[in-house]
Amino acid sequence: MSTITTEELSATTLLRFATAGSVDDGKSTLVGRLLHDSKSVLADQLEAVERVSAGRGQDTPDLALLTDGLRAEREQGITIDVAYRYFATPRRRFILADTPGHVQYTRNMVTGASTAELTVILVDARNGVVEQTRRHAAIAALLRVPHVVLAVNKMDLVDYREPVFAAIAEEFTAYATELGVPEVTAIPISALVGDNVVEPSAHMDWYGGPTVLEHLETVPVSHDLTRCHARLPVQYVIRPQSPEHPDYRGYAGQIAAGAFRVGDEITVLPSGRSTTVTGIDLLGEPVDVAWTPQSVTLLLADDIDISRGDLIVPAEDAPATTQDLEATVCHVADEPLTVGHRVLIKHGTRTVKAIVKDIPSRLTLDDLSLHPHPGRLTANDIGRVVIRTAEPLPADTYADSRRTGSFILIDPSDGTTLTAGMVGESFASPDPVDDETDDDGWDF
Amino acid sequence: MTTVATVEEGTDSPYALSHLDALESEAVHILREVAGEFEKPVILFSGGKDSIVMLHLALKAFAPAPVPFALLHVDTGHNFPEVLDYRDRTVAKHGLRLHVASVQDYIDRGVLKERPDGTRNPLQTVPLTDTIREQGFDAVFGGGRRDEEKARAKERVFSLRDEFSQWDPRRQRPELWNLYNGRHAPGEHVRVFPLSNWTELDVWQYIARENIELPQIYYAHEREVFKRAGMWLTAGEWGGPKDGETVEKRLVRYRTVGDMSCTGAVDSDADTIEKVITEIAASRLTERGATRADDKLSEAAMEDRKREGYF
Repeated sequence: MSTITTEELSATTLLRFATAGSVDDGKSTLVGRLLHDSKSVLADQLEAVERVSAGRGQDTPDLALLTDGLRAEREQGITIDVAYRYFATPRRRFILADTPGHVQYTRNMVTGASTAELTVILVDARNGVVEQTRRHAAIAALLRVPHVVLAVNKMDLVDYREPVFAAIAEEFTAYATELGVPEVTAIPISALVGDNVVEPSAHMDWYGGPTVLEHLETVPVSHDLTRCHARLPVQYVIRPQSPEHPDYRGYAGQIAAGAFRVGDEITVLPSGRSTTVTGIDLLGEPVDVAWTPQSVTLLLADDIDISRGDLIVPAEDAPATTQDLEATVCHVADEPLTVGHRVLIKHGTRTVKAIVKDIPSRLTLDDLSLHPHPGRLTANDIGRVVIRTAEPLPADTYADSRRTGSFILIDPSDGTTLTAGMVGESFASPDPVDDETDDDGWDF
Repeated sequence: MTTVATVEEGTDSPYALSHLDALESEAVHILREVAGEFEKPVILFSGGKDSIVMLHLALKAFAPAPVPFALLHVDTGHNFPEVLDYRDRTVAKHGLRLHVASVQDYIDRGVLKERPDGTRNPLQTVPLTDTIREQGFDAVFGGGRRDEEKARAKERVFSLRDEFSQWDPRRQRPELWNLYNGRHAPGEHVRVFPLSNWTELDVWQYIARENIELPQIYYAHEREVFKRAGMWLTAGEWGGPKDGETVEKRLVRYRTVGDMSCTGAVDSDADTIEKVITEIAASRLTERGATRADDKLSEAAMEDRKREGYF
């Protein structure tokens, strides 16, 4: 960290990524090594870890203690919750959502993956692709995480043999591709020894690809916005009504997808009224164009009725509004979700009443087996639901937009977050477009 | 997926935001969500750099309208005069409303007792929670960051507190995408942390980029200090130095600003923002490890205070 200038530090981009795995896979070791070798663990943190490890009679510092922040986690030696870790290299700033890997923590993995642009899935080179690996791949596919890294760990325990790595990489990539994962990068590593985590391995000449950190530093973090539907959920109407700004009326929100330009013809949903963008205020700076995920204030030509919860979209590219949603959900609450459940649905900035009309199926992520009409979903279950909303919602499919295709269900009695939902089909089709039939993939 | 297909590997598209822009946009989104969903939000404002950045973000989020939140300062009675001065100038400059909850009042009334070590940080919880209840604040912005401390690393952006302001890590709601759930029962409130994903370095880089004024004690200056528990503390009426502790004049600055009795200064010649950023980038200690006695009380000191309703 010695010769980084202020300017270089400010110019970096941000990558949000997630890791899923258990201690057995060496996940904590990998995370610990990323933090340690990128010099993100500071002396007092390391000392605290050493002190506690020594107190328990362990010879080496247990790097899992860096992430296990709650008393119960330390006492039980497990990670219960999503732990967020922050580190930086001269090239990029990272936000790591570190999640436990076992099936009873599916909701934590889903939470971590929801904001991630990349997921690191760990396998033990001795065991290859196992049930848990398939579950992690399915979660990445469901949550439409754009980049997946398969870290084949413990290569030192299989004598760094290329065929072992190649077979695992091939099996996993085939599986993930079938689920619609758009990109898999397989990397042979030993987190314990440090091979290919931060430094290239001296033991695997046959591998010519990047280390884990190099890949994290260079993977593209944003995409071609001209191909996305522009969406702005209105959060707040700014009306100073002051002597300096008697007529200012701006519609504030974070652009959920795509880009808006001054001069764009826009439509406001659900009312369907249209007007033109006359100005974009980017936190005090007038701009001609703004894009996701910028927080902006839009100024419009006509004084039409717009309030929090409305969605501003291009006039020629408006989603249909509907009161009937079909979605894949992950149930995150301890109390179950049942058919007939009256809930609130928060979609974008709008919260409306809704009812769970049907739960057509539950899915086992380990083998993608379907259980029709389970009647209820309990914590960590993945399933399909049919929801009827009290008011029409302008929902995109999650495949089209992770922000405006997602929602949460809330218990109206106590405010508990019940369920995380993704509108539309569960998995992307493995091929971009094959033919008119739309039900031959991994939908359920 | 339509992602990345056209972007060359290893390059960021022209649409990639800098990390400061991304963090700023996220924080503004959080501030606006609260303005849209709550009746009576308040910003905890200590005059420390994190709360100053939070206020700066709020000013930007609602411009050209005024910030639709009041400020609340929990006054330990052991404040740095430079910080109080900064607080009052800021309130006047932006026409803000300021509530003050005074620890000294509670001590004078006999509701709270001074601790043997003279530290008043843990005493802030009761005046804070009483004020939240009396004023009926339903959303309380804090400048806490997840990188500060490992119990904070598990904190939500929207953190539900019961009617006693208690934090129960097992009752926290999963937060997916940017869909924050602010529902709460009457009497409950939500603590909101717009800087959750910022690091100390991000905060300083943002202060530099936005040219934000800070209390002078954040920059290197000569000060009369004495050593206690490995930290340089400012001599003063609050209870230092004691037997065997000697006062000396040193060139120091503060990395965090809290109660005078437990906030340590660090030796530093960083008298400009550029030098501060360079110093932090090279630091081998976290800011709390270097400067906060209250976090050294036990392995779970922060978790315990948070459960009781601390910031």
